[in-house]
Formats: sequence, C-alpha cells, structure tokens
Amino acid sequence: MQIARVIGTVVSTIKNESLHGRKFLLVQTLNADLKPKGSPMIALDSVGAGVGELVFWCRGKEAAFPFKRDSTPTDCTIVGIIDSDAHVFNNS
Amino acid sequence: MLIARVIGNVVATQKNQRYEGARVMLCRQITPEGEDMEYTCLALDAVDSGEGDIVVIAQEGWSASTAATGQPGAAIDSAIVGVVDSIELLPKDIDARN
Repeated sequence: MQIARVIGTVVSTIKNESLHGRKFLLVQTLNADLKPKGSPMIALDSVGAGVGELVFWCRGKEAAFPFKRDSTPTDCTIVGIIDSDAHVFNNS
Repeated sequence: MLIARVIGNVVATQKNQRYEGARVMLCRQITPEGEDMEYTCLALDAVDSGEGDIVVIAQEGWSASTAATGQPGAAIDSAIVGVVDSIELLPKDIDARN
C-alpha cells in the first residue's frame, strides 16, 4: 500500500458495467515524507474519499476485493483515508 | 519479500472494514547491510512489530491478507510477516555468484 493525495476526479460515462456508480479519483502517490513520487494515476474509490484528502491505496488483484471481486476491473483502489497529514507518524 | 525498517505508522478512521483493529505501519526498504533505500510503503502489521524494527514484508495479496487478518480475500497487498533478529552475509571478498 502507498500513501497518496487525491488531486482530482475523473468522469467517465461509458465504462465497464461493474464500475457504474463507482468513483474514479486522480491520485498522486507520496513517499514517507509526503513528497510526490512518480506520476499521478487513477484509482477506484471504496471509502468515500474526496479531493485534497490524504489516502492510501492498494495495488494489484487485491484492489478488486472491496467490490465484486471477480468482475471489477481495477488494479488500484483507495482503501483508507488518513485522518490528517499529522496522522502520518514518520520518526525516521 | 523485502527487508525493511519500520519508521512509523498512519492513523485512518475511515477505512476498508477488513482493516479494523489492524495497525498500518510505515516502512522503508533497506539493503541487507542496513542502509536506507528510496522505497517506502505501508504494510499491515501481523507480528506485533514496533518502530525501529527490521522486518520482512510480503507483497502478495493472498499471503498478506491471511497473515494480517487470518483470512484471505481482503484488500491488502503488503503485510509484515516477520521481525528480523539478524542477517548473516557472505564476507565481502567472496563472490556470491559462485
């Protein structure tokens, strides 16, 4: 799992049936110091995250598990909302 | 699996229900010699590890989910599955490829 900031939303009308009613969010992955890492990507939301929030996402096959696991095409899903920037305890 | 050091944790109230009661640890990958690497990640704690511990992280869904929650099928891609006591390496002058 990786920490990320939600930086936008993606609207898609025509999409796979199992994605109807689901929200696509644009996320920028961050490192442990909350500095951007890599390029932004699209994640499916499973927890009701919104723009500006600090979240963490899960990659791979497991990303489909919060939904109908066999029919939801996603490789990146937001699985938690971090309470605030101050709730990332990095003591290194 | 990778070797990492636990450098902290994150607190999330709103999260996938399978994460309830679990601790989400912030980890930094290290070399076998103990030097910090660039890569950091979050992993669910399955072995009661603590900050500063050198740990083994499994980055595969089935094992991570069973280790951290006792059951497969949770949206978890990384779990701490062991705390490292020590690492023994070949002496530097021996070529490991032989």
